[in-house]
Amino acid sequence: MRLQRRLHPDRSRRADHFRLRDAFAEATAGVGARTGRLLLTVLGTVLGIAAVVVTVGLAQTGANRINERFDAVAARHASAEPATREDAWGQSRALAELPRDAPERALRIAGVRAAATVSKVDIGDATITAVSVHDPSAPTRAVPTVMATSADLLEAVGGHLAQGRYFDCGHDGRGDRVAVLGVDAAERLGIGGVATLPSVFIDDHPYQVIGILDATDRRTALLSSVIIPQGTAEADFGLVAPQAMEMLIEVGSGPVVNDQLATSLAPTNPQTIKVATPGRPSAVQQAIQSELVVVFLALGGVALLIGGVGIANVTLLSVMERSGEIGLRRALGARRRDVAVQFVIESVIVGTLGGLIGAALGVAVVAAVSFVRQWTPILDLRMVIGAAAAGALVGLLAGLYPATRAARMEPVAALRAGL
Amino acid sequence: MKLFGLPDNSDNQGDQDPRWTSDQPVLSLRGVTREFPGTPPVHALGATNLDVRAGEYLAVAGPSGSGKSTLLNQLGLLDRPTAGEYWLRGVPTATAPEQVRTTLRAQRIGFVFQAFHLMPHRSVLDNVLLATLYSGTPRGERRDRALRALDRVGLSHRVEFMPPNLSGGERQRVAIARAVVTIPDVLLADEPTGNLDSTSSSGVMDLFDELHHDGLTLVVITHDPTVAARAGRRVHITDGYLREVA
Repeated sequence: MRLQRRLHPDRSRRADHFRLRDAFAEATAGVGARTGRLLLTVLGTVLGIAAVVVTVGLAQTGANRINERFDAVAARHASAEPATREDAWGQSRALAELPRDAPERALRIAGVRAAATVSKVDIGDATITAVSVHDPSAPTRAVPTVMATSADLLEAVGGHLAQGRYFDCGHDGRGDRVAVLGVDAAERLGIGGVATLPSVFIDDHPYQVIGILDATDRRTALLSSVIIPQGTAEADFGLVAPQAMEMLIEVGSGPVVNDQLATSLAPTNPQTIKVATPGRPSAVQQAIQSELVVVFLALGGVALLIGGVGIANVTLLSVMERSGEIGLRRALGARRRDVAVQFVIESVIVGTLGGLIGAALGVAVVAAVSFVRQWTPILDLRMVIGAAAAGALVGLLAGLYPATRAARMEPVAALRAGL
Repeated sequence: MKLFGLPDNSDNQGDQDPRWTSDQPVLSLRGVTREFPGTPPVHALGATNLDVRAGEYLAVAGPSGSGKSTLLNQLGLLDRPTAGEYWLRGVPTATAPEQVRTTLRAQRIGFVFQAFHLMPHRSVLDNVLLATLYSGTPRGERRDRALRALDRVGLSHRVEFMPPNLSGGERQRVAIARAVVTIPDVLLADEPTGNLDSTSSSGVMDLFDELHHDGLTLVVITHDPTVAARAGRRVHITDGYLREVA
């Protein structure tokens, strides 16, 4: 130790001895000196990383594709209604009421595209006819149900009008006596179209028919109903509050809606609102997908291993080939460690380059395949970054052994090899 | 000693054995032998005693296989002796830890090889800078020192050239610049003119004369009598044994 102190008592002198910065500069120069070889070396890792990114990327994209097919409708619909509890007489009773402005509140949640309330209207013994004349001799007919909705129902349930239009918030707000007929109800009431400005009479009050609903994704009961605005139902039939709400949401926003909607509708008592959102993919579907991903990952891993062996091979070859340079560096005062660090960094640079290029190539392939098949490409950004990092790791591991070999070389023998 | 106006390593007080004074030898070998194991073992260097004082210009001459390179490897701390002790500026090195020998090599010794040993893909300047990476030269001074060393060997106009584009004489000058850029205590040259034509040879030898005149200690190993003749002191080596000539 005394000797060592005598040799370099001034630590700052040694402080500028071959630091990581120098090692990095030397390694970069070493890698850059042989461009042709660099490309060939990188190729192994590029292919390995690209294979991993492509397989995982396509697996994810394909999985999403399965979801899309199975759940195209289910994945985009949500609904809310008051929770119920059975009372002493075995009747289920609602624990809360939906607020009148439930659709506005729902629309404030990210991912909700459209919302509308739907309620069944109790019209008592009232009749529904297409003519105002009361005909006691007419046969008794099944009375269509009367439903009350807010203005945006069509979008919320995926409905389609055959004729006319749906009522808007103006009708709703004023309590106008207008109605949209479900296609079955229209047939039953003998109303063929809206061009003749027909009306239906509910309890002898005329409601002008402004549209005919002929299809809907959800709430198919609407097709056999007379649909009137929520406000009109409140004014004419004493409807107190909306009974349920239907919503159209973005794919994937189910969990958010599930988390936030109940609180939004009943801030003091969220548990009194029952929210139904698209479920997660079924367990079977998930199991199949994860097995596929494991297989793909294993394949990619093998490709990556081959890439790593390639780097190790070329780095080892390079160490042998550059033994003259190693001898020179040792003669100039490089420690074994300095030589080892330089070669490891060179190998990490090669691996990182391979990782970056491979990740980019993989993303490009996934995007191209998706474009051709008209799929939506799904790529986890973390995986892409991870793939590039994996390249660096492969380089590090591949470089360890050759670097050890380089560090172990005796300067005299190494110098003899020449440059 | 001032080589191209830069302070040398001896300015670092305490960087040497306190028992060493400048009137003592820079290099001192006592009973240094080197055997290579085998059947039979090869006695490459017999018990060798040699002192080289600061500012001396020593030529070691001898035929091939006489042990010249073995001696150079000992002097350059590239190889350890089988027996004996070697003091470099008062520091015993024979059994010193590898770290100590590496540091001494980086800071106290400059090498010039027969085959130049320049990195072909790096510029002339980078090749000279290489020596400063390991010698502890402060980062801010490295480039300036390298440029001055290249100027000293007359290659200011070749700084950005690649070694393969230089003549043999120029390449050896680059190697000499690399050897002296760290201001070593001793420059060890192994057949420095072995790969050069006579004109280039005499250019390199003139440069050695100038460096010697500046105060550099030189040990030149050669089999060429004309090269040996330029040195102030000559020893001859045969079958691993040294003999003082002049």
